[in-house]
Amino acid sequence: MTSPLRPDPLFSRQFSASDAAVRILLAELRGWLTCLGMDEDICGSVEIVMAEALNNIVEHAYSGAGKGLVDVSVTQQTAQLSFTIRDEGQPMPGLRLPDNQLPDANGPLAELPEGGFGWFLIHHLTRQLSYERQGDQNLICFEIATNNASKV
Amino acid sequence: MDLHSAVENDTNIITVNANRIDAGVAIQFKDAMRASAIDGPARVILDMSQVAFVDSSGLGAIVAAMKQLGGGHNIELAALTPDVDKVFRLTRMDSIFVIHTDMEQATSTRQAG
Repeated sequence: MTSPLRPDPLFSRQFSASDAAVRILLAELRGWLTCLGMDEDICGSVEIVMAEALNNIVEHAYSGAGKGLVDVSVTQQTAQLSFTIRDEGQPMPGLRLPDNQLPDANGPLAELPEGGFGWFLIHHLTRQLSYERQGDQNLICFEIATNNASKV
Repeated sequence: MDLHSAVENDTNIITVNANRIDAGVAIQFKDAMRASAIDGPARVILDMSQVAFVDSSGLGAIVAAMKQLGGGHNIELAALTPDVDKVFRLTRMDSIFVIHTDMEQATSTRQAG
């Protein structure tokens, strides 16, 4: 069989939402990307985005309960990685993605932001970012460009 | 969270002996920073060379560590690894902290002001 019939490489995991499980998932995903020959820069962007998206599920969708199922699947396509993340936790407030805004860091020391960076990083490092509530599940999808085919 | 503190030339050099500062250890990091810095010199250099990854919770903990020390201490960062550097640049926190390329540069630079 030649390559046109070969399915896209797939990384797929289901795990119980906790900080420790997120760490393991991120390490496994990075290992998979390294095996595919991805640049370190792209591996870094993937880890940053996935850490933020999954931390958000652990802390907010499942309210830090340390349990609740999360499904992650990643496929490698010609010039991008496509991501799908599902959970069965609380819906996003307002049934929409948080804004793509950096917190204000222009104030005095005591008012420097200690949070609010996560969704900015996700928006900034992905494209085709979408959120949908499907029944009792949250579905987040996005792509990260790899440009392996068209590197300058 | 294993932080190693050594005072040299009136500077507190704190080495982070951990691979990650993430959501799972953010609070421990903040507490360990307070314990390592509160009674030491005003100038603190955080050696980040062993830290491969910082998420937004870890970034928040570094900011919180500086805030909880008040105006009496100033935390500078040194030897950011590539993914950590990317998080600081994208969130523009590189404009809040003095960041040195490596420890040699950090210790040879006297703090202005």
